[in-house]
Amino acid sequence: MLTDAHLKYESQKLAMNYFRVALVLFGAQLVMGLIVAIQFVYPGFLFEIFDFSVARMVHINALVVWMLFAMIGSVYYMIPDETGEEAVGIKLGKLAFWVLTAAITVVVLVFIFVQVGSGSEASIWFINEGREYLEAPRWADIGIVAVILVFYYNVFATYIKGKRTGIMTVMVANLFALAGLYLCGMFFTDNISMDQYWWWWVIHLWVEATWEVFVGTLAAYALIKIIGAKREIVEMWLWIEVLMLFGSGILGLGHHYFWIGTPEYWWEIGALFSALEPVPLVAMFVHVLYDWGKEQGHAEAKGDAKVINNTPAMAWIVANAFGNFLGAGIWGFFHTLPQVNIYTHGTQFTAAHGHLSFFGAYATILIAMMYLAVQGAYGIKRMTMTFKTKMSLFLTIFGVLGMAVALTIAGYEQVLVERADLGGGWDAFFTAQNLPWYIQAQGWRLVMGIVTFAGFVYLAWDLLTIGAVESAQEESEGAAAAATA
Amino acid sequence: MSNKSASVWTSIRFWRRSAAWVTGTATVLLIWLTFDTMGQISMGSDADLAKGIKKRIPAATVINYHIDYKMDDKRGHEVPVIGEKEKFFGKEWSAKDAAALLHLGKLTSQAKNCMDCHTLLGNGGYYAPDLTKAWLDTKWNDGTMTGITGKNTKEEAMAEFLMHPSQYPTHARMMPDLGITKNEAVALVAFLKHMSSIDTNGFPRNFSQSAKRLEGGTHAH
Repeated sequence: MLTDAHLKYESQKLAMNYFRVALVLFGAQLVMGLIVAIQFVYPGFLFEIFDFSVARMVHINALVVWMLFAMIGSVYYMIPDETGEEAVGIKLGKLAFWVLTAAITVVVLVFIFVQVGSGSEASIWFINEGREYLEAPRWADIGIVAVILVFYYNVFATYIKGKRTGIMTVMVANLFALAGLYLCGMFFTDNISMDQYWWWWVIHLWVEATWEVFVGTLAAYALIKIIGAKREIVEMWLWIEVLMLFGSGILGLGHHYFWIGTPEYWWEIGALFSALEPVPLVAMFVHVLYDWGKEQGHAEAKGDAKVINNTPAMAWIVANAFGNFLGAGIWGFFHTLPQVNIYTHGTQFTAAHGHLSFFGAYATILIAMMYLAVQGAYGIKRMTMTFKTKMSLFLTIFGVLGMAVALTIAGYEQVLVERADLGGGWDAFFTAQNLPWYIQAQGWRLVMGIVTFAGFVYLAWDLLTIGAVESAQEESEGAAAAATA
Repeated sequence: MSNKSASVWTSIRFWRRSAAWVTGTATVLLIWLTFDTMGQISMGSDADLAKGIKKRIPAATVINYHIDYKMDDKRGHEVPVIGEKEKFFGKEWSAKDAAALLHLGKLTSQAKNCMDCHTLLGNGGYYAPDLTKAWLDTKWNDGTMTGITGKNTKEEAMAEFLMHPSQYPTHARMMPDLGITKNEAVALVAFLKHMSSIDTNGFPRNFSQSAKRLEGGTHAH
């Protein structure tokens, strides 16, 4: 992560900067998560100093922003590989990076130190918008849109100028939708139902549609890079995934419209289409493992033992294939039917699903992209896992799975006690929160959060050091081979 | 492969076209449904309320009416029932004043970031009770909170609590003091009362039974 010496293209060098900031924000996200987890167990922790609402706001915004940074980084990294061209507006792109980073820093500092404002338009414009995930104040929204326009110009114009691969075609079309959807979250209304209707256009159509297609695109690119998968096969899979992801995900939006004041017909539409959402995730899973097996077979037939030229990245791609299906698919399907959702809506069930799916579907593949970028930046021909890579894989996966299981148990207890038995409300809520089952679950969540954080420390450490270590190794091996020859 | 494909199933062109058609169709359907939903969830008018016309999201002047949450046998779940007129903070609010109050309440709910601890219509953080039907919560009706805050009416007790929440703790987990002013507190109560009148298709289920189930204590510690 510390050099970009071996990268030929400015676009890829810019990508490294995006990855660096993403890693810092990832760390910040986890620190905030730990604070929140502690507050569940010890409610007096930082009370009226750094309250739950503040820590959680920074927790989920750091999450969204580190992922956006890593996504932009991934695109800048793949542009030259796919199109064969340097990004056309690279100077503007570099400027946009610094503007975005500065803006995000200001937003986070205001979140941390100002926290809340008075009930006025000025608070929405300059402090926080107070809408979960989209808390960034309006000035920052406009700034983000401007920066994204620069980014999109770079992607689109380079695509038009260079080779137009299937992967880039999907990327260009999908990014257009992804960026445009952000506009749906940029208005104020007194009508809370209307507010949440359009809020979900951003949140759902990002994480259950366009972000998923984005993941498919990255996986396609990465499989070609890492195991030399055949482009035609990968691109055909990609179109099938687009078909299934958008076919289920767009109308799957209906599963957020069961209880917010919207009409009953969303029950049927939301249930049907969101129940189909796991199908493409199975396909993506099969696709990754199938291609891996196939290419490995070809390699062995040719007498070459190794098909993977970057085992850390491949491990995270496989983690993505599993994690996406498990976290987004299975955990999402758990509570997607209205008959179940009437009880699970607004409980820790959602938190369990959220943790496992954001990690499984997105964090994993973006980490894989970081390893790919490190490989390129240090000019390593065949990158292999270090002890730190293995520790980070094991600890983060075990930690996040543990958190998801703990939160699922907490949610299950909440569903039965608070909702099914007591019918909801203030006393019902606290009765459920104070039962030993719930408290134990939150305790385990904290433990597993610490495990995840330890995994992150290994991950950051590995990303910072693996490049220098392995490039030096390859060099000395090369020198040794030359000496014996 | 795309040029001399052995079968349509391995033709990139076929899958690309199918993806475009499916995505396009789903998008058109979503937009069409959105138009219908927009009509159904736009706020009703004061005249609708006066005439007893049911709207999924009533006008801001719903704060001048008594709101209840009752089982609807035909729909199979509870629905908000808007009843007789009642005073809100000791007076009846004009359409203009009620709208301004709701506007301030909604703004305050965002500026104070209620949603990152509480859930509104079930969405938000899961650290504090859901506020969808908070106005109808037995805690405010059975004398508990009016007693603790020393206020005569539910709305005054709610406003007092919102201004100084950590002075009236009910559990170890407390709501922090967010610097809410008197005006903002009154507006937030209006926002909560308005939200409780929204037809949420029966969410949260059995909310109206909560008081009966909790009679005689819950044996929780």
